[in-house]
Amino acid sequence: MAKATQSPIRSGFVHLALIAYTLIALFPVFLTIINSFKAKNAIFREPMAVPTPSTFSLVGYETVLKQGDFLLYFQNSFVVTVVSIFFVLLFGAMAAFALSEYRFRGNTAMGLYLAIGIMIPIRLGTVAILQGMVAANLVNTLTALILVYTAQGLPLAIFILSEFMRTVSDDLKNAGRIDGLSEYAIFFRLVLPLVRPAMATVAVFTMIPIWNDLWFPLILAPGESTKTVTLGSQMFIGQFVTNWNAVLAALSLAIFPVLVLYVIFSRQLIRGITAGAVK
Amino acid sequence: MSATDHSDPDLPTIKRPFRWHIVVFLAPAVIVYSAIMILPLIETLRLSLFNTVEGQSVFVGLGNFSTLFGDDRWAASFWNALKNNLIFFAIHMVVQNPIGVALAAMLSIPKLRFVSFYRTAIFLPTLLSFVIVGFIWKLILSPLWGVAPWMMDLVGLKALFSPWLGKPGSALIAVSLISVWQYVGIPMMLIYAALLNIPDEVIEAAECDGITGWSQFWKIKLPLILPAIGIISILTFVGNFNAFDLIYTVQGALAGPDGSTDILGTLLYRTFFGFQLQLGDRSMGATIATVMFLIILAGVSFYLFIIQRRMRRYQF
Repeated sequence: MAKATQSPIRSGFVHLALIAYTLIALFPVFLTIINSFKAKNAIFREPMAVPTPSTFSLVGYETVLKQGDFLLYFQNSFVVTVVSIFFVLLFGAMAAFALSEYRFRGNTAMGLYLAIGIMIPIRLGTVAILQGMVAANLVNTLTALILVYTAQGLPLAIFILSEFMRTVSDDLKNAGRIDGLSEYAIFFRLVLPLVRPAMATVAVFTMIPIWNDLWFPLILAPGESTKTVTLGSQMFIGQFVTNWNAVLAALSLAIFPVLVLYVIFSRQLIRGITAGAVK
Repeated sequence: MSATDHSDPDLPTIKRPFRWHIVVFLAPAVIVYSAIMILPLIETLRLSLFNTVEGQSVFVGLGNFSTLFGDDRWAASFWNALKNNLIFFAIHMVVQNPIGVALAAMLSIPKLRFVSFYRTAIFLPTLLSFVIVGFIWKLILSPLWGVAPWMMDLVGLKALFSPWLGKPGSALIAVSLISVWQYVGIPMMLIYAALLNIPDEVIEAAECDGITGWSQFWKIKLPLILPAIGIISILTFVGNFNAFDLIYTVQGALAGPDGSTDILGTLLYRTFFGFQLQLGDRSMGATIATVMFLIILAGVSFYLFIIQRRMRRYQF
């Protein structure tokens, strides 16, 4: 390509700026994690130092594991997130298939109806959602959260998946029809495997707001047995606000699963956001 | 598939069996979405027209709205929350978007090394929950721990440090900047994608015409990424006007100090759910949710019907 190459000085400045911002982005997380492994006076005396054998201490983690039921919170968050993603993907893909594959009266109207939820946040209906959950006796159950998150995730999932399903070749589906496959078999056996990459993208997009949500756990499921990690660490830190070891350990425990998942899925996620633009 | 089709079975060319599979495919999503999202939203809008009088739900028309805007105490907290929300949004727009554009522009420089590392690292905070982000920054900015003063000392600005989160004058700005820190990854990614989508030919043509460097960015690239900036702005608008978690985590449900960080989300929570001595008020909660709905609807319509229509799109 006939392109003027970057001068080393200029690209040096660019690297400097990017490194500076990377430090700003990572520093708070790094600071929290290193200090969670230190004894209390070391946290205050030298907040910047990495833990050494003389300052190393797990007292924060001990407090967290003794006082808060973090294993249960993790389990709750995990169940809610996985089940919600499952339903968002299954129902979303089915609806997206109906909208992209068949021509029927009201198709466009249905598409628009299902798209309202992309822009209007579900939180605004909280007053009536709580009322409905009370009436259905679902307050303080994980089911309530799963229902809400499924409804929350569906609009965007349907939108993205129907865009992808339009790209699946008609010849393939028609060949299936000639071979006598039912419409259900065409969907589950031909189309679903082909849109798997899009499903992974939707799963990642659906997962982040569910895992991080504080609003609905706080309102619909604040009970001890149904707390999610986000709500559990919020309440735990509120109680132990003067115990810095415990607070830092609780924060690190909450960061850890996100960090692990991000390291595994970051390529998938970034590719999803930049949608094929990455050359 | 109208009724006439079924009443006339002698015309097989018109009649087509009802395609039940379409219903089966659509039903689960439509039922869950309608029952949990659309109906509660409508019900909330309806509830805003009712109030409880002597234990009975009574239709009061726009009575709740006249309380919200007419009653001194309600009006004061509502306008305070709305004003803070607008400042919150304005800070996002003027800080988050330029930083996002700048980072994306640097990342999209061809043949730059370590791009994927920078991209991954800068996007990380976006994935953390507000609870984590809020508490980390609360600790860092705490005068007790002294990390922030120590760092400002490094650049010789220690005298400027003050407990920003605790002062009514600076708390809102501090909270907004924390939110910007967390969310800058989204504009960065979307603009980065938009920049990579600009075909090489366009850039080469510009270079042949002698447009390079800064003027190339302003004259060629910026107009081409304006649609992406538009999408980011509307996403930020919707996100900011139903924000709640970060303020609740950093400043508590009272959105202190002295209500200076109170935004519509926290006001809705306190009104609807109650806090400390204040009892929860369903009708007024629904009223505030309705106002938030109208604000968001106005913003989204403004974007869809005015901005998006006028924006020039370029086809390559």
